[in-house]
Amino acid sequence: MVMEIVCPAGTPAALRAAVKAGAHTVYCGFADETNARNFPGLNFDRAEMREGVAFAHQHGAKVLVAINTFPRAGHEAIWHRAVADAENCDADAVILADAGLLAHTARHHPGLRRHLSVQAAAANADVINYYAETFGVKRVVLPRVLSVPEIAAINAETEVETEVFVFGGLCVMAEGRCSLSSYATGKSPNMNGVCSPASHVEYHEENGVLDARLGGYIIHRVNKGEAAPYPTLCKGCFSAGEKTGHLFEDPVSLNAEKLIPQLQKAGVTALKIEGRQRSRSYVAQVVRNFRAAVDALDAGRPLPEGMLARLSEGQAMTTGAYKKTWR
Amino acid sequence: MDLTAGPTQFFWSKDRWLKFYTSLADTPVARVVLGELVCSKRLPFYQEHISEAIDTLQNAGKEVALTSLALVTLKRERKLTADLVDMGLPVEVNDLSTLPHLPKGTPFWVGPLVNVYNEGTLAWLASLGATRVCLPPELPLESVEVLSKTAADLGVAVEVWGHGRLPLAISGRCYHARLHGRTKDNCQFACEDDPDGLEVKTLEGQPFMTMNGVQTLSDTHAAAVYQTDTLARAGVSALRLSPQSQGFPAICAAYHSLLQGGTTAATTAAELQSLTPDARFSDGFLQGACGADWSAGQPVPVE
Repeated sequence: MVMEIVCPAGTPAALRAAVKAGAHTVYCGFADETNARNFPGLNFDRAEMREGVAFAHQHGAKVLVAINTFPRAGHEAIWHRAVADAENCDADAVILADAGLLAHTARHHPGLRRHLSVQAAAANADVINYYAETFGVKRVVLPRVLSVPEIAAINAETEVETEVFVFGGLCVMAEGRCSLSSYATGKSPNMNGVCSPASHVEYHEENGVLDARLGGYIIHRVNKGEAAPYPTLCKGCFSAGEKTGHLFEDPVSLNAEKLIPQLQKAGVTALKIEGRQRSRSYVAQVVRNFRAAVDALDAGRPLPEGMLARLSEGQAMTTGAYKKTWR
Repeated sequence: MDLTAGPTQFFWSKDRWLKFYTSLADTPVARVVLGELVCSKRLPFYQEHISEAIDTLQNAGKEVALTSLALVTLKRERKLTADLVDMGLPVEVNDLSTLPHLPKGTPFWVGPLVNVYNEGTLAWLASLGATRVCLPPELPLESVEVLSKTAADLGVAVEVWGHGRLPLAISGRCYHARLHGRTKDNCQFACEDDPDGLEVKTLEGQPFMTMNGVQTLSDTHAAAVYQTDTLARAGVSALRLSPQSQGFPAICAAYHSLLQGGTTAATTAAELQSLTPDARFSDGFLQGACGADWSAGQPVPVE
């Protein structure tokens, strides 16, 4: 079986570009707080979702709808409606994180395929099988805390399909269990679908030094002309003890392209690309490269070498937790 | 409302650990959750003292529960989690991985690291046997009010994070080990010298976070002194106080006196400040613009 490439689409144009570039599957969300990429100008209204799913289906591709924030108390109806609308739009599956929403979906939309979002941070076979038995979950997106051998061990103990991130932004903390952003800005990945939001970013340049702040806290300070990374909290520069530096993670992004054969051997079904906030040309290029890689692997050919270096825009790459020494 | 002492989030020596939990016998907390929450590598250092601490606390009339780990990945951790229920005490679930290991119908508690954001999740947990839920510290008062109402209908007791550094994130990576140029598997217990975690400052020297192995906490100590009336009116049944190495029994006494109506919130805040002169406080998750905010008793302007 060819490994499935699961691509992000923040806009209908990106969805079409991803499908044309060879994505087997596209994931996207509604334009509200029900999904974890709730950024201005991104995501789909209901009509766009219906058209997007139809377009994908015409081209033999699938669409997954991410409804992966945690419903706000007193306002669950917004999330329930999103699930119902995803089903009405003929989506192939919904990606959910909240146990209450999974229970609701299993009961009221039993025919709608359910995937477990990375935001649920299901990190071992016991809990993955429990989600399958309890809510009929068919696929789990694994949290970015596991090494390749650990992923293989999970697959040996579960029938649930596994999907892993291979490219793009990298959460350093267990997903869905981090409130650093809401501590500093009031905007929370779990509740609002945003992390380190641009609305709370300030840049200030003085005497050739550029400061990047988030919620008033200085996250990066670089000399004029140096690359200034976006001030994501967990990739900031801080001091502790005697040391000053990127104490949690360097400003890196994930690239596990070289690990694709190992991930396949580990029993992984699908490879996920992060970046619903990215442009359609970026998405198309990443998709083309990963599609070429899995097709080569399936045909027994060597993987294309260093295919994505250009897309990282000079940013450092990591294989993250897939290598045990990352811990 | 009464008081629950949570599990210590930090790595303490076995002597410090036992002394701390023994000292809770003489505090006005109604219940104590103990055990290892953050890192399974810490547990062997004090495991032998757990039974003694439980006995002491139960003899003093405290209800005692055992916490699960917050993040379960290794085989050894799965076994630890499966074995928790054998102690015969209520288990406080801090990772849903614990649920499949509880025999059907076993009553359990739910800790602050489980994402209980809404009525649906609360009802689902109650249907499985949850009798007590400490809500995630991130929740605003409006959510606490809705969930407390739901919980009352379900017969579930609700707790709110009352005092102590806020658990903000858990990771597969150990930051203490990284700081010392090591990996988690070869950490050499880099976190043991920081009984209240290690201060993380910004480049301008502003205290911001606290490093605690694989966990990241706030620099500020959450302090819900100014919200106790609102929480009580909402039906919240307990405040969760999170252990720290200094002054904890006195902190418990201060909150107890506040809940009994023996003192004002402002007096309690001043007392807490005098007990921990270096601490900065926050109550922003409950009623501020962001978690780090501190109301100091001022009403929050309506947006």
